[in-house]
Amino acid sequence: MDTEIRERSPISFQGIDPSPKARISIRNLEFFYGQTRALKGIDLDLPENQVTAFIGPSGCGKSTLLRILNRMYDLYPNQRATGEVLLDGQNILEKGTDLNRLRTKVGMVFQKPTPFPMTIHENIAFGLRLMGVAKSEMDGRVEAALRGAALWDEVKDKLTASGQSLSGGQQQRLCIARTIAVEPEVILLDEPASALDPISTGKIEETIHQLKEQFTIAIVTHNMQQASRVSDRTAFMYLGELIEEGETAQIFTRPRNEQTSDYITGRFG
Amino acid sequence: MTAASDIDTRSKNPVAQSDRVFGALTLAAAILVLLVLVGVFISLVMGAWPALQKFGPAFLWTKSWNPVTNKFGAIAPLYGTVVTSIVAMVIAVPVGLGVAIFLTDLCPRVLRRPLGIAIELLAGIPSIIYGIWGLFVFAPFMQSTIQPALIATLGKLPVIGALFAGPPYGIGLFTAGLILAMMILPFIASLSRDIFGTVPPMLREAAYGMGMTRWEVNRHIVIPHVRTALVGGIMLSLGRALGETMAVTFVIGNAHRISGSILAPGTTISAAIANEFNEATTPMYVSSLIALGLVLFILTFIVLACAQWMLRRMKAKAGV
Repeated sequence: MDTEIRERSPISFQGIDPSPKARISIRNLEFFYGQTRALKGIDLDLPENQVTAFIGPSGCGKSTLLRILNRMYDLYPNQRATGEVLLDGQNILEKGTDLNRLRTKVGMVFQKPTPFPMTIHENIAFGLRLMGVAKSEMDGRVEAALRGAALWDEVKDKLTASGQSLSGGQQQRLCIARTIAVEPEVILLDEPASALDPISTGKIEETIHQLKEQFTIAIVTHNMQQASRVSDRTAFMYLGELIEEGETAQIFTRPRNEQTSDYITGRFG
Repeated sequence: MTAASDIDTRSKNPVAQSDRVFGALTLAAAILVLLVLVGVFISLVMGAWPALQKFGPAFLWTKSWNPVTNKFGAIAPLYGTVVTSIVAMVIAVPVGLGVAIFLTDLCPRVLRRPLGIAIELLAGIPSIIYGIWGLFVFAPFMQSTIQPALIATLGKLPVIGALFAGPPYGIGLFTAGLILAMMILPFIASLSRDIFGTVPPMLREAAYGMGMTRWEVNRHIVIPHVRTALVGGIMLSLGRALGETMAVTFVIGNAHRISGSILAPGTTISAAIANEFNEATTPMYVSSLIALGLVLFILTFIVLACAQWMLRRMKAKAGV
């Protein structure tokens, strides 16, 4: 097992530690809500086909970080980010970035289920149609997405029912299905199970396990057990800073930083 | 036994009693609405009875409106009411929704409040002001500029050209429809702005997160999400357009006739009633005017029923 120290010094970016290829590279990222600096000099790689969990007390900036990766903050005035976020070698923070394209490459699932006001089938077909998927392929792609999110067996007989008629857990898996249907490169999960019961949560976590074979995943969670269960790497954040990042096993068993250790053992946060 | 006595004491408890009084009061308020509705309907039917008896259902499709021969029919004002309302809705609904979407989704924060207040002020202008302005400012402008342009362009087209034929009177169905549009626009805009405001920000974000454009988000997510409330708001505005009296009376021309062209003068039910009640000297004349009121009442009811039906179909389509 690789337990080598992975200090996030600039040198490690130069290829000394290349093992998992980074899908997203964050460099010196700062974020501002008006005058307030919410993120301070974040440097981090999200390795391909791995699940990276972000943990930390409320307000530490983990959701903020997630919302930068698909430029969701752009919807709101007075929010801005500086630094670099590289996706496929391109800095997505640059002005000319095509946000609609970016968001098809970086999908997101939210804290609460957000099914669109249309049928289950349409919820998934809608995004596919925007991408120009042909009608003849549609049903197959919808089924594949629903299978991918472990929802197919539960909804295959009622695809024309409203997406909003499903249970909370099913709705959330519908949102995951909708996200993976358009085959993004990265999936952002913002506390995807926080509004769900334990059984639904278990199903979502199982789904995440299967999804990382195809996608690069970033998940924000308040639940430390969840982070340890689903993630390959864990990043601990506190007050807008990235305190420690490393393999999940290492973070949870031998954290190097005292704050990390205090947080995961429940002494604060 | 103890449980029963507990319940017993609770029902005599003054708090529980005051709760019952409260319940009864709200029930009474609800019943009052029903009583008023039924009362209005009954008195309309009673007032209209002589006319209904004399003309029968033919009252609905009789064109003549002649106090001298005492022959009355509702089709001309009915036609005017429907046409002016259609013109108003065709213009005000898209513009109103546009304003609302701009205010909730696109507007820079500094402009949001001033624009919102301006819209509410527009909604607060009394209809008589619209009428006077319409007659002295807007109608002459229509006559000298807009209508000649319409006649020269749209009037030349096949099929719809007939709608824009004839001399530019200034006053008429089209001008009345435009005034109505202006009057209901602020209603539609501010109602739908409030309605759009109820869309959870997370749903919006999820839609943008799928790579949708603003148009797609608003067209396919926001509007369908609030369709029930939206149709309700639009119907409320349509109700206002159907019944609006003063402003329409000023600019519609008050002519009991049906023309193919929407530029021609006409009349609406409410305008006819307002205009002619004073001069209605014979009982049959008065009764016919009340019958017109009854027709408007039923028309409004039909509009509401259609709205319900439309909602049910939209829901069925969305799979609810």
